[in-house]
Amino acid sequence: MSEVSVSPAQRTKSSVFGWTGVLVLASFAWIAIYSHLTDFADAVIGALGLTRNTRLGEAIHFFSYDTPKVLMLLIGIVFVMGIVQTFFVPERTRALLTGKRLGIGNVLAATLGIVTPFCSCSAVPLFIGFLSAGVPLGVTFSFLISAPMVNEVALVLLFGMFGWKVAGLYLALGLLVAIVSGLVIGALGMERHLEDWVRALQTGEAHPPNGVSMSWVERFESGWAHVRQIVGKVFPYLLAGIGLGAAIHGYVPEDFMASLMGHDAWWAVPVAVVLGVPMYSNAAGIVPVIEALIGKGAALGTVLAFMMAVIALSAPEMIILRKVLKPRLIAIFAGVVAAGILMVGYVFNAVF
Amino acid sequence: MKNIKILGSGCANCRNTYALVEAVAKEKNVAVSIDKVEDFPSIAAYGVMSTPGVVIDGTVVHSGGVPSREKVESWF
Repeated sequence: MSEVSVSPAQRTKSSVFGWTGVLVLASFAWIAIYSHLTDFADAVIGALGLTRNTRLGEAIHFFSYDTPKVLMLLIGIVFVMGIVQTFFVPERTRALLTGKRLGIGNVLAATLGIVTPFCSCSAVPLFIGFLSAGVPLGVTFSFLISAPMVNEVALVLLFGMFGWKVAGLYLALGLLVAIVSGLVIGALGMERHLEDWVRALQTGEAHPPNGVSMSWVERFESGWAHVRQIVGKVFPYLLAGIGLGAAIHGYVPEDFMASLMGHDAWWAVPVAVVLGVPMYSNAAGIVPVIEALIGKGAALGTVLAFMMAVIALSAPEMIILRKVLKPRLIAIFAGVVAAGILMVGYVFNAVF
Repeated sequence: MKNIKILGSGCANCRNTYALVEAVAKEKNVAVSIDKVEDFPSIAAYGVMSTPGVVIDGTVVHSGGVPSREKVESWF
């Protein structure tokens, strides 16, 4: 059997063409479906013989509306972010941050934390990689705080459920917490609280950045792989979160949460933060629950503070960081970030 | 015989990378010794910043995410 030989250039050209065509079609389909989600939810409860007036009907409507909506938002944004991340591999971020002064470095680090790919198991190698290249400790911390907290999943979900103002404010305040916390930690001169082996480390030759010379097809494929990975990982949490949210939506009486987590309960913010720190979840599971809680009268600032505390500080992360940081530094790290989140909670409650 | 080290601290991606490399090496009938490196001091010593990382005969060939099958095949 003879093979048709296609030159690599031709193959690439048709691949880009193919990809672009698929993406254009997908975008149209996406918009069409997204604008008809309420109709879909109505159809579902209609088929089940329920109305929105009943608790069960309301719960199922919420579930049928939210699940596809969140999924679609996730797929769209995670795909775009996956592509953006191919331009910002950690090696490049490190190169951008080396030698930057305190202040500017912190701002840059926090911002880059949004677009640099970050998986919590890489937190330590990344941390060490930054430090050994001469990125100041405070700047590295700004990155470490912003990366898990201000991620595309959280922003997408907040946008989808609360609109761009809330998402935008979360982004801005998340960055602020990261920047200020990093500045404070840097100013405290905590270098001597790094584990000894970290300070003594001589790293090997830095692995050259491999994102710089990617072709567009590789970037698209990387975006798609990112979607499969993130959506796959997040999906069970999401369903659980939406399920819980749907139950709250349908069955918890109106304003029930107002007494516990409402505007007048000033102590609710610190409690929310303290509760959130030892917990660990990803954004996808928490946001639908938050939406339902707010629908029942909880104050936005309180629940967002809770969300930030859950995502940004977690017991598993502290355990991992213990390998590179002495306990005092971990405590300061957690304390500074928790204080920042506390302030964010109060600000949100005051503004909204 | 190729000496391969998979760098990673035990998350799913690292395990999948190990399995993938092992499977491809077997398919291609290449003799390999594969080690998992999980302690951070050693991982950092290679200059790898995102795990999983793959080191073949002392050279870092990949870091960050599970490598694609094509990439793994190209190493053998």
